[in-house]
Amino acid sequence: MTPLFEARRLSKRFGDAVVLEDVNLAFAPGRLAGIMGPNGAGKTTCFNCLTGRYRPDRGEVWFAGENITGLAPREIARRGIARSFQIMNLFDETSALENVLVALPGLRARGFDFATDAARSTALVDEAAAVLARVGLRGKALARAKSLSYGERRALEIAVALAAKPRLLFLDEPTAGLGAEGTARLADLVREIRRDLTIVIIEHDMRFLFGLADEISVIHWGQVIARGTPDELRANPWVQRSNLGELG
Amino acid sequence: MASAAEELFVRAPAPPPVRLAPAGLLTWPMAATFVLLASTPLWLGAIGLYQYLALEILIWMLFALGYNLLLGHAGLPSFGHGAYFGVGAYGFGLAQKYVAANLWLDLGLAVLAAALAGAIVAAFISHRRGIYYALLTIAFGQVFWFVAIKWHSVTGGEDGLLNLKRLPADFGFASVSLASNEALFYFAFAAFVLVVIGLWRLVHSPFGRILHAVKQNEMRAAFVGHNVWLYKWLAFVISAAIAGLAGALFAMAQQSAYPNVMSLHSSGFVVMMVLIGGGLVSFWGPVIGAAFFILARVLLGAYTETWLLWYGLAFMAMVLFRPEGIAGIWQSVVARRR
Repeated sequence: MTPLFEARRLSKRFGDAVVLEDVNLAFAPGRLAGIMGPNGAGKTTCFNCLTGRYRPDRGEVWFAGENITGLAPREIARRGIARSFQIMNLFDETSALENVLVALPGLRARGFDFATDAARSTALVDEAAAVLARVGLRGKALARAKSLSYGERRALEIAVALAAKPRLLFLDEPTAGLGAEGTARLADLVREIRRDLTIVIIEHDMRFLFGLADEISVIHWGQVIARGTPDELRANPWVQRSNLGELG
Repeated sequence: MASAAEELFVRAPAPPPVRLAPAGLLTWPMAATFVLLASTPLWLGAIGLYQYLALEILIWMLFALGYNLLLGHAGLPSFGHGAYFGVGAYGFGLAQKYVAANLWLDLGLAVLAAALAGAIVAAFISHRRGIYYALLTIAFGQVFWFVAIKWHSVTGGEDGLLNLKRLPADFGFASVSLASNEALFYFAFAAFVLVVIGLWRLVHSPFGRILHAVKQNEMRAAFVGHNVWLYKWLAFVISAAIAGLAGALFAMAQQSAYPNVMSLHSSGFVVMMVLIGGGLVSFWGPVIGAAFFILARVLLGAYTETWLLWYGLAFMAMVLFRPEGIAGIWQSVVARRR
C-alpha cells in the first residue's frame, strides 16, 4: 500500500550532537503506528521534524503525495496533520469548549470575520461540543482548561488535535504522567478514534503501545533499529535483550 | 415498533446543547458607561470639575481601549504606543494645514497615517513576543518621537504644530461647530461609542477568539493552523489606528500637536492606565484606568506637584498585590458575594 506519510533519510543535528541519522519511516493509511525507544533516543526530535516544528538538516517528509519538508507548522496543519504535545499545550485561560472551537477549520476559515459573535455560530459550537463528547469531556465543556484534572487535560490535548479533522494524528507521549487507570482510559479513547484516522504514537509505555499498534518502529541513537508488528518485535533479539523483552 | 409511550419514557432525554454565552450587542456595563459619560455636562460642574477634563478622559479612554486590544487581548506589550497617538495628532494637524481643512478628511488621514505607521512597525516585530517585542516597540516609538523633534520644517520641532482648529462637523445638511468643549466632548463621545461597540464585537468575533488563543499559546495556535504572525500584525494595526483617532481628537482638544504626546511618557501613561484599570482581565479595564489616571492627576495634582510620585507608588503597589487591577478587584468582590 502507498504510505500516507513518509520520512526519507531524515537527519537532524543540534551543534555537534547528531540526534537523527538517516531515519526512514512510512505510515500506511488507516493504521496505528508506534515509535518507541529509550529517553533521549531522538523520538521527540523526530516528531518535531515530522510536524514542522524543526526543519530537518537533510531528508524529506512526504504527505499524501506532496513534499512537505520545511513547511511552516500552520501549512502542515492545514494539509490535515494534527499533533498533541508531550508537555501539555492548551489555551489555559479559556474553556475546554473554546479550546476546541479555535482549533476548528470552520472557525479558522472565518478568522478574519471581525464582527460576528463566535458564540452565536451554533453550528461551530455544536461541532466543538461533539469533539469534546468524543473524548468524554462534554460535561466539562465550560470549565476552564487549567481547572481540569491531569487526565482530562490529556483528553483535551487530543480533542484540540481532533478538532482539526486531521487525516493523520501524531500523539507525543500521550500517557506521560497518567496512572494505570488514566492510561487504560486513554487506550480506550485511542481505540475509539482510530477507526477513521491514521495515528502515530510516540511512547515509552510499551504495554500501552504493544496493545494498540499495528506496527512499531524502535528508535535508538537517532536511528531506526527495529521495525515490525508487536509480535515480531517481541521475537526480535535486540528487543528481547533490552528491557522491552519483559513484555514477552 | 416502539409505542409512543415507550418513545416518551424509555429514551433518555438528549442533553441540552452546550452553548457559549453570547456577547450581546449592548450590555449593561456598556449602557451604564455611556449614560454616565453622556450626562457629565449635567453634573460635572457641581462636583467641582470641568468639561474639558471629561473630554480629555474620553480621549485617553479611546487610546487605552485601542492599546488594550494589543496588551490585554493579544498579550503583546507595546511600550511605545504613544508614537501612534502622536502620529494621529500630527497627522490631523498637517492634514488641516496642508491638505484641506475638512474634519472628516483630516480625521481619516490621521487614522490612516497611524495605521500605516503601525503596519510598518508591526511588520518588523510580529515574529517576536515578550521582552524582545517590548524593546522593539520602544525603539520604534523613539524613532517617531525623534523625527517629531528634529524635522523642524514639517513638525515645528519642539514647539509642535500650533493654532490647530477645532473644525466643524459638516453633515451636508447641517454643520455643527465643535469649538466649545461641550460640543467637542459629544463628538469624541460619539467616536467612543463607535469604538466601544466595534471593539466589543471584535474581541468576541472569530478573529478575537483566535487572537485570545494566540495570546495564550502561540505555538499551539500555529499547530492548529492559524497564521499567528498575521493576527499579531493586524492587532497592532487596528490598535495603532484607534490610537491615531484618539491622537487626532487630542490635537483638536489641545488645538496643537507637540512632541510630548508621542514621548515615552505618554507611552508609559497608557500602560499604567490599562494595568491599573485591569485591562488584562476585563474589557472595561482601560476605561476605568483612564478615568482613574486623569482624575488622580487632577485631584492629587491639586495638592502636590509630585502627584506622579504618589501615583507611581500606587501603581507599584497594585502591580505587586493586585496585578488584575481595579476591574480584577471588582470581579473578585462580585465572585465572593455569589
